[in-house]
Amino acid sequence: MAHSTTPGAAARTAPSTADDTVEPSAGGGGSTRAAKPAKPSGVSRAEKKALKKAANGGTLRTRLKRDRTLILMTLPAVLLVLVFNYIPILGNVVAFQEYDPYISDNGFVAIFHSPWVGFEQFSRIFEDSAFWEAVQNTFVLFSLQLLLFFPIPIVLALLINSVIRPRVRAVSQAILYLPHFFSWVLVITVFQQIFGGAGIIAQTLRQHGYEGFDLMTDPGIFKLLVTAEGVWKDAGWGIIVFLAALASVSPDLYEASAMDGAGRWRRMWHVTLPALRPVIALLLVLRVGDALTVGFEQILLQRDAVGPGAAEVLDTFVWWNGVRNQDFSYAAAAGLIKGVVSLGLVLAANKVAHLMGEQGVYKK
Amino acid sequence: MKASGPKASGRWAAPPRPVWEEEPNKAGLASKGIVLSIACLAVLFPLWIVVVTSLSSKQDISEAGGLVVIPKSITFIAYQELLSGGQVTRATLVSLGVTLVGTVFSMTVSILSAYGLSRIGSVGHRWFLMILLATMFFGAGLIPTYLLVQSLGLTDTYLALILPSAISVFNILVLRAFFMSISPELTDSARIDGAGDWRILWQIVLPLSRAVIAVITLFYAVGYWSAWFNASIYLSDQDMMPLQNVMIQLVQKQEPPVGMSQAIKTGQLSALAVQMAVMVLALLPVAFLSPFVQKHFKKGMLTGAVKG
Repeated sequence: MAHSTTPGAAARTAPSTADDTVEPSAGGGGSTRAAKPAKPSGVSRAEKKALKKAANGGTLRTRLKRDRTLILMTLPAVLLVLVFNYIPILGNVVAFQEYDPYISDNGFVAIFHSPWVGFEQFSRIFEDSAFWEAVQNTFVLFSLQLLLFFPIPIVLALLINSVIRPRVRAVSQAILYLPHFFSWVLVITVFQQIFGGAGIIAQTLRQHGYEGFDLMTDPGIFKLLVTAEGVWKDAGWGIIVFLAALASVSPDLYEASAMDGAGRWRRMWHVTLPALRPVIALLLVLRVGDALTVGFEQILLQRDAVGPGAAEVLDTFVWWNGVRNQDFSYAAAAGLIKGVVSLGLVLAANKVAHLMGEQGVYKK
Repeated sequence: MKASGPKASGRWAAPPRPVWEEEPNKAGLASKGIVLSIACLAVLFPLWIVVVTSLSSKQDISEAGGLVVIPKSITFIAYQELLSGGQVTRATLVSLGVTLVGTVFSMTVSILSAYGLSRIGSVGHRWFLMILLATMFFGAGLIPTYLLVQSLGLTDTYLALILPSAISVFNILVLRAFFMSISPELTDSARIDGAGDWRILWQIVLPLSRAVIAVITLFYAVGYWSAWFNASIYLSDQDMMPLQNVMIQLVQKQEPPVGMSQAIKTGQLSALAVQMAVMVLALLPVAFLSPFVQKHFKKGMLTGAVKG
């Protein structure tokens, strides 16, 4: 394999500054990019500070004055995130309470007055068979999606990439992207109209004297159905990333390998696929890290039709117990379990990516 | 490739093939064509049925025994009924309004913060970026968010459909990456000429980033247009429901639209045509807009994909 591309290079053709955004996500690793005066070894602290100050352009006060517009511009987004993403994190403490929303007029204030119960909610959850059913459904769905969904965009991208007529490419891409922009309500309704009990297939069968069927309410195939809906909606959209990676492969590589006698398939094996490797690894990491989220809206919409036995996943379990049954502490505890395990999965999957020599979601 | 050369018109013709590449064999080309056609048909066929059925008369629909595949005659009666006031008209207006206001709000906040974060080394740059990025790794969870939105008094207001999910950090990062790719010479020279940040953003950065702004606007707009979950948990007033939630009632739960059951019962209108017409209403804006923005998708997604 003479021409392996460097990890990440294939995917990173667009703005070269892109990798800067990856950097700070390294969980606090101080990335003082602006102040990087070639790291001279053996300089005193004070000197370093002075260097940094010079690079940053003066004291904090002058800098604040200089950057006040930028700060002002950034604040609305930061405020929104603080209010709607960070404050609720604190709200997770209700998982350790016997939260009673009616103890105060204001639901959030009620948190301060509700009694603490420690890990009681958690032990209740671990004894709940419905919870374990949801866990099982989540993992089955995740595996199905990984096996049946994940490879399809790659194959489609390779196919479209091999089409050289620009018009054919553009038109088929436009068609394949389209379902990604449809709402889940619409996608499920379309499926229902085709595969449902009154759908077009069942109708046609009945007209010709066969027995009709209803795939939409059959718990036995529900998980396959959900996967199929996902493929219909998003497989086309998934090819974009791969097409971008493929577009960045130098044609010289293909020419050189053709000169060396590599046929069409060998070129795909030795040039095209290595170019896709970093992207595939990255998407796998992302998918595994997100394993416990398997289509909340999609499944919630169909939960009633097939029953919780087949359709309950962790997210819908939280929704059912919290929003519907108003058992907030119980649901919050389940959500907290999911959140913590998910975070662990992201970090672990990323670690594996690094071990494999790939870039992963964030740099080391 | 000259095989189909003379016939092919200019825009459909294949570009010249490099000399080292093999001539494609017929079987290969054919199988490629078949797979691609099947994939495209799988997308288009269901949409075709939906559109055609919504345009068919009651008689045609009952003759076809349900959904219509080949149209016999075209009538707009279902749309007339739906859009002449009543539940669906109101829901469509609600959806349009929320989408419009929400998208403008989201874009404003996102563009400003992306620009604010695009100058590395400004005060707080690192902290602000960290605060935003961290939210990509963990969510607060449904229940605490629900409690917060309730406590803020947002339930039963349209703000509940906009504020809690107003910005996507992913979109901000894509915008920021684009802003940062604009050559600093341009902005620096403007600054030397006395332009402030607002002016630079408005007169230099924005005009240069039209492509990515189109993509991100579409993402936000589609997000608002497709959303139904927030409405389902934060709104209790049926009159406030957006189109997607009404579609759930109408099509999935098979309830006839409020105030329209009469027209269906008297037999002039097929309930199925009404359902299909609602679906068309829901997919129309999206299906119209996305092809125009399509050529920019790759650029937009590319910068985002690396960061996840």
